[in-house]
Amino acid sequence: MSTSHLMLGLLSVGPQHGYDLKRAHDERLPQAKPLAFGQVYATLGRLERDGLVEQAGQDRDGGPDRTTYAITAAGREKLGEWLAAVEPPAPYVNSVLFAKVVVSLLASGATAATDYLVAQRAAHTTRMRELTAVKTTRESTAGDIVAADYAIAHLDADLRWLQATLLRITDLHREVTA
Amino acid sequence: MTALLQGIGLQRSYGPTPALRGIDFEIGAGEIVAVTGPSGCGKSTLLHCLAGILRVDAGEVRYRDQDLGLWSEANRSKLRRTEFGVLFQFGQLVPELTAAENVALPLLLAGSGRREARKAATLWLGRFGVGDLADQLPGKMSGGQQQRCAVARALVTEPKVLFADEPTGALDALTGEQVLTEIVHIAREQGASVVLVTHDAQIAAYADREITLRDGVVDRSGLGLEIGS
Repeated sequence: MSTSHLMLGLLSVGPQHGYDLKRAHDERLPQAKPLAFGQVYATLGRLERDGLVEQAGQDRDGGPDRTTYAITAAGREKLGEWLAAVEPPAPYVNSVLFAKVVVSLLASGATAATDYLVAQRAAHTTRMRELTAVKTTRESTAGDIVAADYAIAHLDADLRWLQATLLRITDLHREVTA
Repeated sequence: MTALLQGIGLQRSYGPTPALRGIDFEIGAGEIVAVTGPSGCGKSTLLHCLAGILRVDAGEVRYRDQDLGLWSEANRSKLRRTEFGVLFQFGQLVPELTAAENVALPLLLAGSGRREARKAATLWLGRFGVGDLADQLPGKMSGGQQQRCAVARALVTEPKVLFADEPTGALDALTGEQVLTEIVHIAREQGASVVLVTHDAQIAAYADREITLRDGVVDRSGLGLEIGS
């Protein structure tokens, strides 16, 4: 995930200072890991250095001076390129889950790998239930529901894989330890 | 939690083939429990036995701490009309009756007046977004619309327990989700319990907890569903 591109996207609606950007990020992308203020200011610094944003003024609003940033023409161009670029669909299997199963078979055997898969399945199921509860809460916004949908779909894919691997564990163990 | 409905050592066979081989089950008031497992594991049979549609060969189904096996068929039938609601995957509406008549039917059978039943039917059809189809025959409706009517019919008597067997199996994902969400809202508001039979992990996640069956017994291994079930 590129914080720089997210910042450019949020600035595309108008100049904002760091605090506004953090708040807009957390509101627009519910269920995403909240941005740290330090990360926002560090990113703005890099974007300014690269000419993608520029300072657009200062305001005080009863507290310390706050710098407002605006996206530049180069920033808009950069954002447009990122939005139009197709993400490569999962070129590598980088899952910790997959690595753990293989290493578990190597280091401890089929029983340990099965125990891990069963425990992971339970944790995934619990998380899926929590996210589904978000969807059935009347106060949930469309943004909350779409974010929950995304997470649920990925958990469900993991669950299918966990299930399939449970059925293949004997074959995999034989192959890994051959 | 005190059990509202309980199954103790339930056994049921179809001819020589055992479907349930000693299942214990319980659900509290207001609880939503998913019954999952691969095809042929006995989950639909369990639902039918708990709902009193099928009799068990051995074991007890207890509702409010009474053994339903000792009840007369007339009393069991009355229970199914008043306190239980049943919802299947499809094919439940009477084709000759309009949507409103279908939904009003359980109330009329339970002794409600015609006007009162019609009013409740219209209200429940509205809750499921098909209020404008009240005078339509099922044959003129889409599968999703028919299922929404079926849900309205299952809930119109405000049952204490809703038995739902793959209730969204014939619906597209979004419609299925809307129907399930509405069922959860109603169950929560009315304190109704829901026994939700499904083979889909995403559907099971709507429940408070899940039991998995395998070969007619409760599977406590944590292995879950089987792929392709």
